[in-house]
Amino acid sequence: MPDTVIRADKLGKKFIIGHKVQYGGILGEALVRSARGLVRRGADMLRGRAVIEGDEVEEFWALRDVDFEIKRGEVVSIIGHNGAGKTTLLKILSRILEPTLGRVELNGRVASLLEVGTGFHQELTGRENIFLNGAILGMTRKEVQSRFDQIVDFSGVEKFIDTPVKRYSVGMYARLAFSVAAHLETEILFVDEVLAVGDSEFQKRCLDRMSAVASEGRTVLFVSHNLAAVAALTRRGIVLKGGRLLFDGPIDAAIAQYSASLSKGKADRDWGKGHHSAIVSADLLDADGRPTETYEPGTPFNLQVEVETTDMPGLGLELQLRDANNLPVGFYSSSIFSQTALPSEPGRHVFRLSLQPLFLASGDYSFDIATNSLTIVVDHGVSNAITFNVAASSPGGIAYDFKQSLGNGVIAMQLCSPLRIERKEPEPV
Amino acid sequence: MTSSDRPSQRLILEAGRADRQYWRDLWRYRELFFILAWRDVAVRYKQTVIGLAWAFVRPFITMVVFTIVFGKLARLPTEGDAPYAVLVFAGLLPWTLASSILSDAAGSVLTNSQLVSKVYFPRIIIPFATVMVGLVDFCVSLVILAGVMLWYGVIPDWHILMLPFFVALAVAVAIGPALWAAAVVVKYRDFRFVIPFVVQIGLYVSPVGFSAKVVPPEWQLLYSINPMVGVIDGFRWAILGGDSPLYLPGFAVSLLVTAFMLWLGIRTFRRTERGFADLI
Repeated sequence: MPDTVIRADKLGKKFIIGHKVQYGGILGEALVRSARGLVRRGADMLRGRAVIEGDEVEEFWALRDVDFEIKRGEVVSIIGHNGAGKTTLLKILSRILEPTLGRVELNGRVASLLEVGTGFHQELTGRENIFLNGAILGMTRKEVQSRFDQIVDFSGVEKFIDTPVKRYSVGMYARLAFSVAAHLETEILFVDEVLAVGDSEFQKRCLDRMSAVASEGRTVLFVSHNLAAVAALTRRGIVLKGGRLLFDGPIDAAIAQYSASLSKGKADRDWGKGHHSAIVSADLLDADGRPTETYEPGTPFNLQVEVETTDMPGLGLELQLRDANNLPVGFYSSSIFSQTALPSEPGRHVFRLSLQPLFLASGDYSFDIATNSLTIVVDHGVSNAITFNVAASSPGGIAYDFKQSLGNGVIAMQLCSPLRIERKEPEPV
Repeated sequence: MTSSDRPSQRLILEAGRADRQYWRDLWRYRELFFILAWRDVAVRYKQTVIGLAWAFVRPFITMVVFTIVFGKLARLPTEGDAPYAVLVFAGLLPWTLASSILSDAAGSVLTNSQLVSKVYFPRIIIPFATVMVGLVDFCVSLVILAGVMLWYGVIPDWHILMLPFFVALAVAVAIGPALWAAAVVVKYRDFRFVIPFVVQIGLYVSPVGFSAKVVPPEWQLLYSINPMVGVIDGFRWAILGGDSPLYLPGFAVSLLVTAFMLWLGIRTFRRTERGFADLI
């Protein structure tokens, strides 16, 4: 049997993305633009290319020149910023995406967990979904049958196993889904960020299960934001940055590399520019003033935005906070909320903003940043200029994770004075 | 080690590489095919009051309406001595089967986009799994046909033994264009609007409510380019026996068109499926 089970050779993946260019709202111009778009889409179709939304099309390399080798029985983690190409890499290895360049050699049966509960059907019962999900993950009916009791046992939802999963709570659903996945037995396993389900007690069980899997001598490739879990489970780390392989080596060194790359290297981003201004860089800062990608709920929002201005007076800076579904959840405007305009002398200016603490639910967020003129026309806008993640949110200080996906909104409302309960005496008759 | 493990299989992933493992994978994932088909069937009549009875009600009422409109009001001729209702139903059976396969399978990759973007399996399983739903409804309709034939005292002869062949042909007629559409619609969502339209028009240009014999003889061959003509003629031949002779040149044309569409469908699907996850 060959010793190398995964070999990636000069792996590259290109996506084509479309931009919506923001112009002023002149009808004629808009008509010309949509006509031009129609012609472009028609031409694309004749050439057999995909239809891309937006006015301008750009190539984007999600992965570039990635080489590595993984030996039998190794447990390796892949770490990197949001958008560094981690998931793209896993998707290529698990044959969901086709590489644009390079090649991959795989030896052995592969299973991948890019999400828990893939293909779960709301109308089917827990029992039926175990078989459905098992088949989707590549298990045979026999395999599922022989592990059925273990799966149900692990999930802790025996009582509801014949109830349609649409009646399950979010937690039960996630536990059942993870339990099926946890009982996959293939030689090579790819796991993407699936530990972020359930309550903290269940997360601990998931971690235990993952380390059990890792110790069984199977090859595991593991993507996570949870650096503590990464450090505990794996001995080797691959750091990706901007689609390129930044580091490949012992996990401690990999985590150090990753943390270091967070605080520098953002300056080389190019976001283009507007007519009168250009946003050059934007960062979320931690308590020590270093750039970070995680936010601790209930602490001040420290942002640093660098803007290049011309002699145009009256430009303002706007921030739009968005949740994981890209819905706007917060807004700040320097010209309206603070009556402060951008300096009108040409040059670069650094804005330091400290916004009131928000008790955000755990999950992913982003800030769109824009400069706008007095007439509220956007001059230069950058979507997702800052992306960050709230790893855990426990408003009560107990082991309860208030998550975006619960559907209760993104803000945990906090009391400003202790909760008071007064007994109301019955009215005398 | 599990039962389905093969002695270390080697796999190369590369851009544009013809996947030699594809057909072997298809065999390995056969259980997924059955379970997806089972899922579609199981879910279809959930939370409906009369459940499977819908499979009875719809074709029955369509038959009554078509018999009145085409047979009584328009006074179109039947074939031989066959009662008009039986003629209509023998056309309705393959039409319903083929049209439901076409509409379900054409959109199937999109409706299962969640699977396509998260796990690997030979994608061609998805459209084929939807065929089973159509076949279940078809089996229910067969019961109605038997009832209607009993009512009119129509006794089938040996021709009926050929019916399974024509059922397979009806599936083949539908799955070819459906595969093509399922692949193309991922890239160009426009086809989501085209397919229901084609199905709607198809009902009128196929001899569902009337006999194909009402088409003038000199146009028969051209008419058979619509592969549904061959299928419906075949059904009537199998069910009505001697009353509905098969027009062989036309049937051959229908077969050729079907074979071509099937080839085109599978080829298009195989060529584009590797890019599905990029586009969905």
